[in-house]
Amino acid sequence: MARDMSDKEILKMELDQLKKEVSTARTPLAANCAQTVSMVEELFPNDPLIKGVSDEKNPYKGDKGGCTVT
Amino acid sequence: MCDQTFVAATFGPCESCGKASPLMNIYIKTEAINYCSFCVEMMACKGLQEGETVASLKKESESLKKKLDEERGKLSDIELNQVAEKVEVLGPLCIKTRRVLKGHGNKVLCMDWCKDKRRLVSSSQDGKVIVWDAFTLNKEHAVSLPCTWVLTCAYAPSGCAVACGGLDNKCSVFPLSLDKNENLSAKKKSVAMHTNYVSGCTFTSSDMQLLTSSGDGTCALWDVESGQLLQSFHGHTADVLSLDLAPSETGNTFVSGGCDKKANVWDMRSGQNVQSFETHESDINCVNLNYYCQLNPFVSGLCCCMFTGAPQCRFYDLRADREVAIYQKDSIIFGASTVDFSLSGRLLFAGYNDYTINLWDTLKGTRVSVLFGHENRVSRVRVSPDGTALCSASWDNTLRVMSWSTMSNILFYTQRKGCCILRLFSL
Repeated sequence: MARDMSDKEILKMELDQLKKEVSTARTPLAANCAQTVSMVEELFPNDPLIKGVSDEKNPYKGDKGGCTVT
Repeated sequence: MCDQTFVAATFGPCESCGKASPLMNIYIKTEAINYCSFCVEMMACKGLQEGETVASLKKESESLKKKLDEERGKLSDIELNQVAEKVEVLGPLCIKTRRVLKGHGNKVLCMDWCKDKRRLVSSSQDGKVIVWDAFTLNKEHAVSLPCTWVLTCAYAPSGCAVACGGLDNKCSVFPLSLDKNENLSAKKKSVAMHTNYVSGCTFTSSDMQLLTSSGDGTCALWDVESGQLLQSFHGHTADVLSLDLAPSETGNTFVSGGCDKKANVWDMRSGQNVQSFETHESDINCVNLNYYCQLNPFVSGLCCCMFTGAPQCRFYDLRADREVAIYQKDSIIFGASTVDFSLSGRLLFAGYNDYTINLWDTLKGTRVSVLFGHENRVSRVRVSPDGTALCSASWDNTLRVMSWSTMSNILFYTQRKGCCILRLFSL
């Protein structure tokens, strides 16, 4: 659809979109970032790829025996 | 330029081009316009309103963009990594490849996890769509499609169907049956019809609706049962390369990225483009929404999303409407083509064209680790729904499932003590 439009139509579309966006409500970064950080911190201990899972619960643990060097 | 002969009542500077010439006095919507005949011709054939030209539209567009940047800049009082300074640094991460899924005959272009956290579907350039059990490496279903480039595939939330689409301009849905003898191709249902290739598809919160993005510059929402177009989203001025849906039960926002270097955030119900981000760098290959607010839903819904294109990955905050972090390193020169967040959102996995997957700490903006293993570029990375594993699809015809590993922790510590030690083989 975008390919069929003339340059003028594309520009008009962009212009309408920009006019809408200039007036959207925005919140300050400091508050947002702080919130993001606290959200991530909250969920962080339960993240299996970071904190890991015990072998019993890990469905991907290897079946091969392996060996250890003492 | 052959001028029409007309009776000119006035002579003077044209209101449009400013040149002195015989003026045509015409009325547009009861307003008197005095243009020279050339400008009248231009206006008539381009259908422009009074005073408009392509150049003036461009100028207005540029000035609005500047104003938008100013507005966004007003709220930029701090960087994400500054806020995250007090956060503990991530310890060494040991993520190892657990499974290598071999079976595709050509580049694997896309993959998706099932909600049961063990099955996944992958699609390849050889025209095959395979459903795998990641625990047992079993290939549960395999469908051959008539068109070879299957650019996208998606698993239905119920686990009973898969959708796939590509250069055939369609997105089709296949119900998965337990009967091994049944020919799945016969049950194929074409849901989406675009006028160009289908670059991305995903089911919404139910099996009944499918969201697709296409090379024709639009995204569309379809009803699976009837194949009817429910909503179409216009706004991109070039091919749309990817889309991602806000992961929530009531979510009705999604983001799409395209070759016009823009990422647009859409409201599914109204079809409106709510926000738009422009990168000025290169095509946006992959967009990903991470909905951090599962515990405390905000009124506006989402709080951040992520785009990639060139060697940088950018992180945008939707509520502040601006970019808050860029993940880049001088040593990375190849572009990233796919991203996904870990379950908590702390880690960002990005698959690059230099065959590696880089792990970034989203809060601090630093690279934590690099995962090697693929022998060609990584086309898709996805974290499983419960966050225990990461699957990566690559142009080397394989998929790799990776998860956390304990054994390498021991390796790490004993090496530090300086002991002479044989390499333990990876579990």
